[in-house]
This record gives sequence, structure tokens and C-alpha cells, in this order.
Amino acid sequence: MDVKMKRDIILDNYQNPANKGLPNDSTYIEVNSRNESCVDNITVAAKLVNDKIEDVKFDGDACAICTSASSVMTKELKGKSLEEAEKIIDNYERMINELPYDEDVLGELNIYNEVYKQPSRKKCALLPMDSIKKIIGDDE
Amino acid sequence: MLNREDFEIFKTGLIYFDNAATTQKPKQVVNEIVDYYTKYTANAHRGDYDISLKVDEKYEGVRNKVKEFINASKTSEIIFTKGSTESFNMIVFGFMAHYLKKDDEVILTKSEHASNILPWINLSEKVGFKIIYLDLKEDNSFSIENLKQKINKNTKVVSIAHITNSIGDVRPIEEIGNICKENNILFVLDATQSIGHIKVDVLKYNIDFLGFSAHKMLGPTGVGVLYGKEELLNKLVPLEYGGGMNIMFSSDGKYELKELPFRLESGTRNIAGVIGLGAAVDYLNKIGIDKIHEYEISLKKYLLDKIKKVPNIKIYNENLDSGLLLFNVKNYFSQDVAIFLNNYKICIRAGNHCAKMLQEVICSTNTCRVSLYFYNTKEEIDILIEALMNQDKILDTLV
Repeated sequence: MDVKMKRDIILDNYQNPANKGLPNDSTYIEVNSRNESCVDNITVAAKLVNDKIEDVKFDGDACAICTSASSVMTKELKGKSLEEAEKIIDNYERMINELPYDEDVLGELNIYNEVYKQPSRKKCALLPMDSIKKIIGDDE
Repeated sequence: MLNREDFEIFKTGLIYFDNAATTQKPKQVVNEIVDYYTKYTANAHRGDYDISLKVDEKYEGVRNKVKEFINASKTSEIIFTKGSTESFNMIVFGFMAHYLKKDDEVILTKSEHASNILPWINLSEKVGFKIIYLDLKEDNSFSIENLKQKINKNTKVVSIAHITNSIGDVRPIEEIGNICKENNILFVLDATQSIGHIKVDVLKYNIDFLGFSAHKMLGPTGVGVLYGKEELLNKLVPLEYGGGMNIMFSSDGKYELKELPFRLESGTRNIAGVIGLGAAVDYLNKIGIDKIHEYEISLKKYLLDKIKKVPNIKIYNENLDSGLLLFNVKNYFSQDVAIFLNNYKICIRAGNHCAKMLQEVICSTNTCRVSLYFYNTKEEIDILIEALMNQDKILDTLV
């Protein structure tokens, strides 16, 4: 995928994010994450049923990378089993951190495969994962 | 532009507009630190040999320089700390913990830095005194009227910044100092953002306690100052015990502490840092603090005039008299703007600037902050303006 196409998808997910807005439903688990530079502030809410992410939404005040990554993440994780989700999260984090990873499991999240070139953006791209990991209990 | 040639870093074309976070260091400061490490490394207050005596002379010389710089009465009123945060923790947990009682009131504002809020919140949980957050004026600056209204017989302390790092308003501290004096209230001043920018005079402004960090006034990181009136510092209970601060101790549990300032400086201090701070004070004195302030204000005016002509810019602190400007570019998140400006080698800060309560007051949680110092130039501002004129490219460098 060329850079322009990646940028267009990121921009689209920033300007028209999917699954944005918290459900105000007690069957969802909500976790807020902020990054250390005190800028991005994202809350992810997920409904887990029978070891599956039945629904996942997010809301918050964050930069283009963090907001779009939250949007793409919710799309990729919705409907996945916890095991599948853990695999996606793990490979996504490996990609951002420049470690070997399996791109086949990442779907649209592959658009962030060059974020590592801008170190200041890495934490933005990783922030939504911090929340979802806490929700599914994969933050050990 | 004043004395720009003393700063090696600017030869790289870097445009540094984040001076409220930390300032650059002139070669005079760096050289002093290198001299200590290469020509006379020794501990202070210990040895009987030449280089140790030289360390004492230098270290205590800086205490005197700082005393003069802030117009304190005595050198014993100057305590070297790790920085503002430690200074404030010493004031709150070393002094106020033994001074404040349950129904007392401490006045702060919501635009204070975390280091002048969190220690107070923590102590009030233990002691039960009340923290009063003074309402700010419409432009988020300090209101003398609101201060007068809030003062009552229970008010024991007013603790505020001279200049806030979040908004950049310069507080009328002479008037506040007088009000505190008339009402028998302790006046604690956070001079972190003002030191090195405008004159700080503890006697004239009736300041009881004051804290600042060296690194925001050309000095090194990891060193700062706590000032307190002698009679107050004498009652400040040390938070740290160890070497350098005691006269004797014995196995029957007896111990005796040194007099001020040493009883509040335990362990080997940041000697190189203190010596660097001394060079920073010399440097600032040589240019003259009034000249620095005057130049900064003229630069801020130039920036304001220019940035107001850029479309889609919202300014949050137009009429406040310091070298700090808060703005946002419409439809863009502050951090995206900061990362875009980095492509032009421009360093600005995005975020809420460690004053997290302020978002309860101003409608935006995050802003771009430009903070100027005497080495910045009109040409640098022109480059910033040119970059902001290209705002449709802000998201071009996402991948």
C-alpha cells in the first residue's frame, strides 16, 4: 500500500471515526488511558460475551494517529474471540515497536506500519491498545 | 536578539520556543560545570586541601549570588534543592504539616502547576485544612478582588505562581504580598516561571517562602532553590536526615543538627549543579533582568501582531503580559500541530502544560504553547508564521 493511500485511510478514520461515542451501558467495561506527555486521552468500552468481544467503542480527545488508530482498532477487534484479539494486539504492538510480526492478522491496522519512523507518534498509536488490554485482562 | 552566540545549539538552525519547559544553556554555564568536573572535583564542607576549599568557596559563593539575585536578607535563607518540586514539598510537608490546623484555609488557584497543588491536596487529606481555589478573571488572570473576598480569619496561606506556566499571567505580587502581610497570612510564591524573566524581590514583595528551578533560568537540571524567612526556615523540619546536616549523633539516640542552611541540605548536594546555577545568575545579571523582560515583551507583541493575521488561529491569552502564547489551529489537535512544526525545526509544547485543573476553567483541554526567551528572534517568529500559513499541510506527514 502506498503512502498516500495509508494517509487517506488514517485521515478518514480521524475525521469520521468508527465506533466513536461511549455506550452508557453497564454491560460494557470502560478503561481510560492517557499518555505520559499528558496529551492523548482515550476511553475504550467493550462488551465481552462468552470469551468474545461482542462490541467495542471509544471516545476521547486525541491526535490524528491516536484517534484513527482507536477507530481502526475497534473495527478490527469487534466480533473477535479474546484469543484472536490478543494475537492482533500483540502483533500490532510488535509492528509499532519494530519487532518481527505477522501482518496477516492485522487487517487495516497495517496502515500504521511506518509509524515507527516518527518516534513521538509511537505512543499515540499504542494508546488504545493499553485500554483494550486492560479490558480483556491481557495487560500482565 | 540578545547574546545568541553564546548558545551552541542555535548553530543547528533549531528554533526553540519551549522555554517555559526548560531554557537552553549558554556556554558560560556549561564551562563552569565542566571546570568543576575537570579541574577541582571534591566534596563540599569536608576537606582541608586546596580543591575542597575551592569547592566550598564556589558553592557558598553561589548562595550569596542567589541571595543578592532575589534580594534576601541572609545567605542562610537560601537552601539548595533538587528543584521547585522539592522546594514546595519541603515547604508543605516540612513546615505547613506542623503549622496548619484542621479548620485553616489555604488559597490557591486552578492555574497553578502540579507541584504547587498536589502537595497541598495530599497534606490536607491528613490535616483536614481546606483548600480554596480562587476564581480567576474572565481572561484567566488573577483577581485581587476575589482574593480580598475569600480572606477570612481562617486564611493562613496564599500559595501562587508569580507567572503561571499554563496561561502566562503575571500576578500582582506586590499587592498580594501587602494583603498577606496586613492579614497575617503566609505568602508562598512559585517563581519557577518568573525567575530569569522578571525581577523577583522577596523583601519588597513580602514573600515568606519561595521556590524555583535553575533549569528554567539557563542553569542545569536537578538543582533549585528554596527561600524562606529565617524564622520560618528555623521551624522547617527536615524531610531528609543524613550526612552534612548533623553536628553529632550517638548510640543513645541523641543527635544534634547544624544551623541553617546546612540542616536542610543533607547528603552530598548537586555541587556541579549549584556551580552552574551561579554561572546562570552571573549571566542574567550581566544582561540585566529588566532588559530581558523588555525584549521578551516586544517579541511577544511582534508574535501577536503576526499570528493574528494567520487564518483559523484561536488565541487564549492575548492580553497577558509575559512571553507565553497559547493558541490552537482550528480543526487540528494541538499535538498534530506541534509535530508538524517539528518539520520546520520549531520546538513548541502541546498539551495541558501540567495544570490539569485549568481545563475546568478554559474550554479547551489542550493547546499549543509558544514560550519565548531573550535569545529568540523576529526571524524565528517569521518562520513559525510561514509554517502556520501552510496549515493545510499539518496532517501530510502522518505516515
